[in-house]
Amino acid sequence: MSRAKSIKRPYHVRKKRQRVFHLMLFFPVLFLFVFNYLPIFGLVMAFQDFQPGLGFLNSRWVGLENFRTLYYLPDFLPALRNTLLIALGKIIGNIVVPLSFALLLNEVKNKFFKKTVQTATYLPYFLSWVVLSGILINFLSQGNTGNDAGLLNQVLLSLGIVKEPVNFLGDKNIFPWTMILSDVWKNFGYNAIVYLAALTGIDPGLYEAASIDGAGRWKQTIHVTLPGIAPIITLMTVLSIGNILNAGFDQIFNMYSASVYSTGDIVDTLVYRLGLINQQYSLSAAVGFFKSVVSGILIVVSYKLADKFAGYRVF
Amino acid sequence: MNKIKVSPARKLFCVLNGILITGIMLICLVPILNVLAQSFSSSHAIVSNQVKLLPVEFTTSAYSYVMKNAEFWQAVWVSFQRVLIGVPLNMILTVLAAYPLSKSSRVFPARKYYSAYFIFLMIFNGGLIPTYYVVSRLQLIDTIWALILPCGVPIFNVILVMNFFRGIPESLEESAMLEGASQWKILWNIYLPLSKPSIATVTLFSLINHWNSWFDGLIYSNFTDNYPLQSYLQTLVVDIQSLMETGDTEQIVAALSVNDTNLKAAQIFISIIPLMLIYPFCQKYFTTGLTLGSVKE
Repeated sequence: MSRAKSIKRPYHVRKKRQRVFHLMLFFPVLFLFVFNYLPIFGLVMAFQDFQPGLGFLNSRWVGLENFRTLYYLPDFLPALRNTLLIALGKIIGNIVVPLSFALLLNEVKNKFFKKTVQTATYLPYFLSWVVLSGILINFLSQGNTGNDAGLLNQVLLSLGIVKEPVNFLGDKNIFPWTMILSDVWKNFGYNAIVYLAALTGIDPGLYEAASIDGAGRWKQTIHVTLPGIAPIITLMTVLSIGNILNAGFDQIFNMYSASVYSTGDIVDTLVYRLGLINQQYSLSAAVGFFKSVVSGILIVVSYKLADKFAGYRVF
Repeated sequence: MNKIKVSPARKLFCVLNGILITGIMLICLVPILNVLAQSFSSSHAIVSNQVKLLPVEFTTSAYSYVMKNAEFWQAVWVSFQRVLIGVPLNMILTVLAAYPLSKSSRVFPARKYYSAYFIFLMIFNGGLIPTYYVVSRLQLIDTIWALILPCGVPIFNVILVMNFFRGIPESLEESAMLEGASQWKILWNIYLPLSKPSIATVTLFSLINHWNSWFDGLIYSNFTDNYPLQSYLQTLVVDIQSLMETGDTEQIVAALSVNDTNLKAAQIFISIIPLMLIYPFCQKYFTTGLTLGSVKE
């Protein structure tokens, strides 16, 4: 927008206009202050032996004691490792699968078929993890007696892919994979939208030129399509860095059980159990503080990278 | 278009691709159809494991049982309240924040402080326990406001609408100002009507978010009467889980044979109905909404 176009207004008019802007922002700012900033100040409890009865002012200061306790807490480091592994798996899956799916779908010329496929694949995205857990717990069930397994196990058994029903949710070696794959299953249709939009933005002239030069479909994909959407792939990858500590509380909380804690317990579920179940407010806030700081740094880094490589700015 | 000769290899690819994509589509639908079929099947058919994708021994008894379940309807009522108050509140606050923030810092010099205030919250948050503490100190626990006020300003939506507002030519505002229109008038009569797609998108976001939230309902309510629908459903899902944990097979079989599977399935599907009703709109607007976020000057 060019500066030259603007009309210089008298001082009092501009001042008045600004007063309206401040007024408009008053309530949003107030809401954020109470429900977002106060809790951030509340993080001081991570450095206290916080007792709800005593409040912030009278609780004892313990410095970094909570963080030390945390480090020696047997559950913390495994939870951190699980978080990183599951989140990394999801990040990779949530880029590779929607991208491949978008590439395949882009080859479909029949509009109606394309639309139908999209309608069906978006669907899980709009459902909550509570609903999807209800559905998946049923679908993935191992069964008790052998013949009451969930539909997936029935299919796998009848195709002879497995001999015994697989315990997708109860086996600690399989559980993280179940989480990663079901997350990709929920989101890929929706995530593909971005790539499909980018694909339609590629200049058709490039394909014509390539085919005149004798490039087949495959070569065109490699030399025209992929470079064409490379910026958006970079952007999505970079923006997902900030999620490395988000392994998906909603999903895991609704599907995990004590038998898979060793591989399925993540930082967020640990915060929940420590804080709201065991009432160890300070310790739990310390975990939250740790997570928030690390994620915050990563988000800043990812935004900086996104700006640098893709010219993407949030604000 | 000229008739282009299609090579046999290309034809083969198209067929295989079509089959593959159909397969992928089925993978998305089969688990959902499976549970839908169960909700219309008799408990006998479910226990003997005959239900695949179509109902076996078709019955609506699970649904009529749910219809009589007072707890379920109480939860539906809480969810409706939540949506009816929460979504308008979200929208008002989103627009009120997005409009001034969409102004250039030349017009609104304080903008940079406000945007820093908003951006900081995208990077840093207090987390579960301090937020819970604030909500409980404000005496919001066990009220509908605990589900509405803490998520009053969805920052992501603010950014989306703000970016859309920025795309509206400044000259429109200038000419309205020459006519003597106030900023409120300009927002209401020019910006909002021109921003229908983005407003529709964030309304849907907000609606879906309120309808699907379950964790806040769970932690901010001491009494199950105050649970919104998703929190209520969550306790049902966990019920089965805790049975699985104890590993008491007898209990599980007992739980299943009292029609628990189809009962749960029926409640899950009733909870999806409102989403299904707005689903066509979701499809229309979410695609535009997603690409909106990247509109830049």
